[in-house]
Amino acid sequence: MAEPVISATGLSKSYGDFQAVRGIDLRVEPGEVFAFLGPNGAGKTTTVEILEGYRERSGGEVRVLGEDPARIDRAWRERVGVVLQECRLTPELTVREAVAQYAGYYPSPRAVDETVSLVGLEGRADVRTSKLSGGQQRRLDVALALVGDPELLFLDEPTTGFDPSARRQAWEVIGTLRDLGKTIILTTHYMDEAQALADRVAILAAGEIVAQGPPGRLGDRDERATRISFRLGAGRSPDELPATARELARVDGHEVSIEAQDPVPVLLELTRWATDAGLLLDGLEVRQPSLEDVYLELTSPAAPADAGHGERPRRDSG
Amino acid sequence: MSAARLSLHQFRYDQKVFWRNPASVFFTVMLPLIFLFIFATIFGNDEIEDRGVKTTTYYVPAIISLAVISATMQSLAINLTQDRERGLLKRVRGTPLPAQVFVAGRVGNSLVVSLLMVALVALIGRLVYDVEIPVNTLPAVAVTLAVGAFTFCCLGFALTAAIPSEDAAPAISNAVVLPLYFISGIFIPDNEIPDGVLSFADLFPIRHFFEAFFTAWDPGTAGAGFEWGDLAIVAGWGLAGLVIALTSFRWEPRR
Repeated sequence: MAEPVISATGLSKSYGDFQAVRGIDLRVEPGEVFAFLGPNGAGKTTTVEILEGYRERSGGEVRVLGEDPARIDRAWRERVGVVLQECRLTPELTVREAVAQYAGYYPSPRAVDETVSLVGLEGRADVRTSKLSGGQQRRLDVALALVGDPELLFLDEPTTGFDPSARRQAWEVIGTLRDLGKTIILTTHYMDEAQALADRVAILAAGEIVAQGPPGRLGDRDERATRISFRLGAGRSPDELPATARELARVDGHEVSIEAQDPVPVLLELTRWATDAGLLLDGLEVRQPSLEDVYLELTSPAAPADAGHGERPRRDSG
Repeated sequence: MSAARLSLHQFRYDQKVFWRNPASVFFTVMLPLIFLFIFATIFGNDEIEDRGVKTTTYYVPAIISLAVISATMQSLAINLTQDRERGLLKRVRGTPLPAQVFVAGRVGNSLVVSLLMVALVALIGRLVYDVEIPVNTLPAVAVTLAVGAFTFCCLGFALTAAIPSEDAAPAISNAVVLPLYFISGIFIPDNEIPDGVLSFADLFPIRHFFEAFFTAWDPGTAGAGFEWGDLAIVAGWGLAGLVIALTSFRWEPRR
């Protein structure tokens, strides 16, 4: 397996008595899009700014691109692109000029016009940055982070305050970056954003990771499919299940789970089969927890840090 | 890219930004010229008693002093604070651009604008008010400008530490210099200013910079025109500013 782009164990940060980040373990692989999801004040920006080399950590081991971000040099900066949570760009420069200025900071930058197109601003290249909409300014900010052709890109709340269409456009840009093979770390407090963009999500609450995994499976949920689960009685083989159910079933010992886009016909078939065969579908459950349910439960101040959802065994937690 | 070429790259963009910013151009370039016209018009072209020079011969070096301070300390303090609060300084720190190169670009911008203002005010003085441009004391003019530019650049970076927000930047930097311009003999000829007030002004660098520059520029100056005592005090302020800048300058927004 390739060297991870980011690895951290026990990463923590305190301000006086206040523990902003309480021991985070992380591993991000090359080419991954990794999102920190959490409410304001959960420690997302603090964590990311430690990884970016802006802040010193209080404890833990951290490596980003093989270096300790507390002791980075210019060569490291050439491999990393950063988009801060808030930055108003120089209003006097045009889009193309701003990108060309940043291009000059890197040893082998991407072509300026190509970078401008990559963020969808080719039609605005000669416009002063002060004339751009909020969403366009943010995309220009991404272009500035991208022009050095970095391996690793940090995006801190890339779409906060955007209207829905601006968010869609920003998502498309991030999708393009993923296709370029960049490793991307982003923070967000939008669940749908994490879901749309990230390969893996870490939910942060009060400075701790309370759940981590692919967004569709965080807290055992999968928005697109309803999960039907039950136990087969002893001596029963999954091969006896009705056709559709057998096709979709995942079997683990006696545990059967079926993920179905449209659960009603599957259930009908299943219950008819069970009734005909005189079977009890022991522990039958039909569940569709929303990511929002999971997220709110995990991040509510009352929830214990190990609220269970993140700890449940999963086939694949990344 | 070498540090020198990178500094030049950065300087080019700083220049672009400077000339496209109406506030920069007005306060740094136009306002000193307006002051020169106003003072020359109001105070006519009489002889200033104690100095033995015409009013305009007094005001040309006075306005050059003001223009240099404006292009260095004022301009740096205001623009750096603005860029700090906008998150721009922090953003630049996230790129490979070395801090020294960033600083070199900004200082280079201030120096070039200062030199331009020296040339502009000197030329207007010569053409409009018949004030001689010094030739014999040119080395003293150059050294005095260099010491002044160093000091007021350092003080510009230092001053940002005392400015909490973008909005406060013009107010605070003007509150620092305007009273000093009045009591240091920049706005009002110093023969009109009481001795007690002048000795108070002597506590600060503006008065000493103006004194040194006046001697260097005055066509009546006999000798090389170096005011080493004043220059030493100006340089001392610069070193103090440098220490404050190195310890207190912040790249991250205060808000």
